[in-house]
Amino acid sequence: MKPAPFRYHAPKTIEEAVATLAAVAPEDGRVLAGGQSLVPIMAFRLARPAHLVDINGVTALARLAVDGDKLSIGACVRHAAFHKPVVDGPLGALLSKVVRHIAHYPIRTRGTFCGSVAHADPASEWCLVAAALGAEMVARSAKGTRTIPATDFFRGIMTTALREDELLTEVRLPILPADTRCGFYEFNRRAGDFALGMALVTYRVAKGVISEPRVALGGIEAQPRRIAEAEQALVGRAPNREAFVAAATAASAAVDPLEDAVTSAEYRRDLAGTVTRRALEQAAA
Amino acid sequence: MTEKCELTLTINGRRHDIRIDPRRTLVDAIRDDCGQTGTHIGCEHGVCGACTILLDGEPVRSCLMFAVQAEGRAIRTVEGLAKGDVLHPLQQAFIDNHGLQCGFCTPGFLMLATGVLEREPDISDEDLLDVLSSNLCRCTGYANIIKAVHAARDQMKASSGAR
Amino acid sequence: MTAANNKWIGQSVERLEDPPLVRGRGRFAGDISFPHQLCLRVVRSNHAHGRIVSIDTTAARALPGIVAVWTAADIPEVPPIDFREGRIPALEPYRQPVLAIDKVRYVGEPVAAVFAEDPYVAEDAADLVTVEIEELPILLSAADPPGEFAGGRNTEVSIIRQGHGDVDAVFRSAPMVVELELAIGRHSGVPLEARGAIGRYDASRDLLELHGAAKVPHRVRELLSRMLGITPSSIHVHEAHVGGGFGIRGELYPEDVLVCVASMRLGRPVKWIEDRREHLIAANHSRQQLHRVRAAVDRDGTILAIDDLYFHDQGAYVRTHAARVVHMTAGILPGPYRIPAYRAVGHFRLTNKTPAATYRAPGRFETTFVRERLVDAIAVKLGLDPNEVRRRNAISKEEMPYHRPLQALGEEIHHDSGDYVGLLDKLLARLEWDKLKAELARRRAGGEAVGAGFAMFIEKSGLGPADGVRIEVDTSGTVELITGGASIGQGFETVMAQVCAEAIGVHYKNVRVTHGQTDRIAFGIGAHASRATVMTASATHNGALKLRAKALDMAAELLQAPADALDIVDGKVVRKGQPSGPSITLGEIATHLEPTSKTLGTREPGLSVEGWFRTEHQVYPYGLHFAVVKVDRETGGVTVERYVIAYDIGRAINPALVNGQIVGGFAQGLGGALLEEFTYNERGDPLATTFADYLMPTAHETPAVDVLLREDYTSPLNPLGIKGAGESGITGVGAAIASAIDEAIGVPGAVTQLPVTPQRLKQILNARR
Repeated sequence: MKPAPFRYHAPKTIEEAVATLAAVAPEDGRVLAGGQSLVPIMAFRLARPAHLVDINGVTALARLAVDGDKLSIGACVRHAAFHKPVVDGPLGALLSKVVRHIAHYPIRTRGTFCGSVAHADPASEWCLVAAALGAEMVARSAKGTRTIPATDFFRGIMTTALREDELLTEVRLPILPADTRCGFYEFNRRAGDFALGMALVTYRVAKGVISEPRVALGGIEAQPRRIAEAEQALVGRAPNREAFVAAATAASAAVDPLEDAVTSAEYRRDLAGTVTRRALEQAAA
Repeated sequence: MTEKCELTLTINGRRHDIRIDPRRTLVDAIRDDCGQTGTHIGCEHGVCGACTILLDGEPVRSCLMFAVQAEGRAIRTVEGLAKGDVLHPLQQAFIDNHGLQCGFCTPGFLMLATGVLEREPDISDEDLLDVLSSNLCRCTGYANIIKAVHAARDQMKASSGAR
Repeated sequence: MTAANNKWIGQSVERLEDPPLVRGRGRFAGDISFPHQLCLRVVRSNHAHGRIVSIDTTAARALPGIVAVWTAADIPEVPPIDFREGRIPALEPYRQPVLAIDKVRYVGEPVAAVFAEDPYVAEDAADLVTVEIEELPILLSAADPPGEFAGGRNTEVSIIRQGHGDVDAVFRSAPMVVELELAIGRHSGVPLEARGAIGRYDASRDLLELHGAAKVPHRVRELLSRMLGITPSSIHVHEAHVGGGFGIRGELYPEDVLVCVASMRLGRPVKWIEDRREHLIAANHSRQQLHRVRAAVDRDGTILAIDDLYFHDQGAYVRTHAARVVHMTAGILPGPYRIPAYRAVGHFRLTNKTPAATYRAPGRFETTFVRERLVDAIAVKLGLDPNEVRRRNAISKEEMPYHRPLQALGEEIHHDSGDYVGLLDKLLARLEWDKLKAELARRRAGGEAVGAGFAMFIEKSGLGPADGVRIEVDTSGTVELITGGASIGQGFETVMAQVCAEAIGVHYKNVRVTHGQTDRIAFGIGAHASRATVMTASATHNGALKLRAKALDMAAELLQAPADALDIVDGKVVRKGQPSGPSITLGEIATHLEPTSKTLGTREPGLSVEGWFRTEHQVYPYGLHFAVVKVDRETGGVTVERYVIAYDIGRAINPALVNGQIVGGFAQGLGGALLEEFTYNERGDPLATTFADYLMPTAHETPAVDVLLREDYTSPLNPLGIKGAGESGITGVGAAIASAIDEAIGVPGAVTQLPVTPQRLKQILNARR
């Protein structure tokens, strides 16, 4: 399981990186960041990029900082950075909770947040976070920079809106208000596996009822997304078991689940409801 | 055809000058080009952890990196744990607690545990279980590996406290 | 461990194997390299079944660094891989060719061989080999009607029949019949080190070396000798460190033959290291059987007869094990119970999947699942506790030795000793069963889906008929124990050293144990069927006693004392009761026994002996498993909260090692019960080709195991009374967990298929809603 041959490039600046990408992308040139997703598929020769653009040497991409009301996560920020809350408040706590579910410790020392997002595995936790919180993906190429909202970014299994010559330089997450309640629940066969299904929920409580609910599912469909029907079922209701069950039922009905030889659509549909309800229960606890 | 790269890997403090293709994985370079065969290959897709080494102190799966990426970094492998005849507390703990049978996964577990215990000497049992679930073992059923790492953690804490 | 003590048996001493392994100084196949070596990369079929129209190797051969590319046409003189035990004409048509000849029969089958300077380039070249296949119909179930194999034969290799008594008459008159259809999923040992082999031909001595073999080096040598038409003495098989065996490794595989033939023909050493994807589709699979089983039962729960029809999914070819597993299945299914009338009919069938063979407790993991599911079903139908059913049917200690007119591994089954019900009682006492049962009931009443299950089984070990060792003491007094055994990680060297050292009177660390080297000893049984501890240890014990006698005979003359007044303590011969009196070391005795020594007299030169052990029968250790599980009804997830294994090992030479084997076996059993499965799509494409699909337990999924190890019944069949333990941890796991799940979800007989995945369990739960 040795990778096919490639030419290796190690730019030192973002400009160099996108220029290189512009030159090599048409010949199947890819970005190498953490490598925890890309290198295995190269080992299986499912991917045979002719060029690898290693961005680990671009120190500007390692930036993790709060810019105004956004948390800016640079392309080279590792999963491990999130083990301890990177920002005070619910967002930092949520990210440090979610990160524990991502693969295993040694993967997290190399793998990157943005790499997961660009890779777009349906069962990726960070993709779910990005979809749930309405992240902004900043894509840069030799032609310029654009910002892609999460709703537009995830297009299917391992498919995003990124063009072949674009480098995802940062993902911006909204800093959540201090009173935001968050819940995350994932079910898998073994600890650290890709999720069979997971839910990320947030809401605020105003005058005893739920406001600004977010209910997003990952691992259930071809890409992670917010489930509007589940959110409708929560708005204006007290955060209690009946409301959560209603949201779960709505989520279950609304999804178009993935199906494969081992897992039926029916199973994932059921699971969608379960993980939704459990994530909500967690948020309320 | 791709050109070969000349680079220097620093493994356990020693420099190895090698000339390899960019696609050569770090684990293959460590084993075959630098002759340090203590690090093992179990899956080549980053799941089993047999290839775990320390890169600047962090546990890393060396099958998921290319050798060219490791120049200038401090690589530590199982061969560097003992100091001459004196075994590292983890190595001794594995022996004392029957933490290995075939020994194939052992270097990976040793480096994983070394990296974690050096960074978090007070790590809790629960967090340690999380970490040790990173690597696969097919022989022991894990119980004695966990015992060994606990024993080493406690011993390393005690001896560093005594200083 | 004081040196003067020299009592090593029963001590959990530190392993001799460990120091190099913890330092990373092991030499596994991948660590062995020779100058000018070539790498072998195998091109494998992507089709499950088809006729080979053409194989184009032109592009592959043109790549720089490629030395040769072979297909079957390049090795016409190499026969198909034969059976380990010798010729079996009836099975010969179903043997696997080293490279596919006119058909491919499973995805993963070797079709071509690339020999290159570098493994990366070898893989590049393998990608360039194009194989044109005309697809043929695919057979994926052994229960489906057989298909066409070749030469007018179909895919039913044979039908195994074992039994006794008039089963039909018993069923006709039985008060009650219980009938089940049970399936065990395809899975296997999957050691952490994938396979590897290095072939090297030393033209200067006309010697072929095969490095990296394991488990049965002497058998491999015999087989190679037969297949390649060269004398056994011109082949040396060298076992390296081995990263786990579990029954998978050590069988002669096509790749082992290729490295041997290529090293001779190409004149360079040839190294083959398998990758993980290859391993999952090409190394032996195991376990997959479908049983349609009925029991005729009396009203008090006594089983009057069992009638089992089963289908054994052998995969595409019959490999070196021939019909061992499918045959064993029929013989061992009754387990610890009397079963006065019995019939087993096993359909040994080929399918278009990776060929299958042995995996730890072969035939026993499967039949224990079947038999214990029957026990549960009988209990439910009669409103009895399953353990009551066990008590009524288990062979009692008074009935020992108990003989069955059934065969396992070529011998009739002979339960040598034991108290099955007694062990059950000890287990229940350990569990404080009444309290535990009440607590679980209380938790269930509170809404938790928790349940407990048991499984009772017999194991087999100590397959003879004979093993021998050579023991030599050098002039430094160091003992070398040369065995034909094999070390696959189980601590073989340590155990043998303990036995040897105790019988002679030295420190066990002064014993060097040699194994897996066919040039050091002519015969060897290797390490499988849990035989090493019984056979090799017994031979070691016998040999060590002979060596001791020889040493004392020489010492008697040198110390001017009768031999029976002497003792050996920590390598020194002393007068009994005078440990610090006049003494002579074993090293000095060895010097006196040299051929040119003036004191030799008429003795055979050398402080060395051969020791043998012969046995008529295998031994049948026995045990019980117990599981408590919790089911998540919404997700179908299963957590094993508690696991206890009770086992009578006769005598444990090193209890820590026994414990390690049992716990390790349990983890594999857990995988087989809940996680591991080789699945295929309808085109015969394997779906579990990575560690992300073939799921093995991690530390998280593996609970601590409480091992209740008993030495109640030493085996009467060998001098040390040992029974072996390599497989007992795995045997009952499928059965115990299935039983516990049934109780947890309140659906008797719910589990009829392993592994119990969340998806399958959810289906069962949904069907009940």
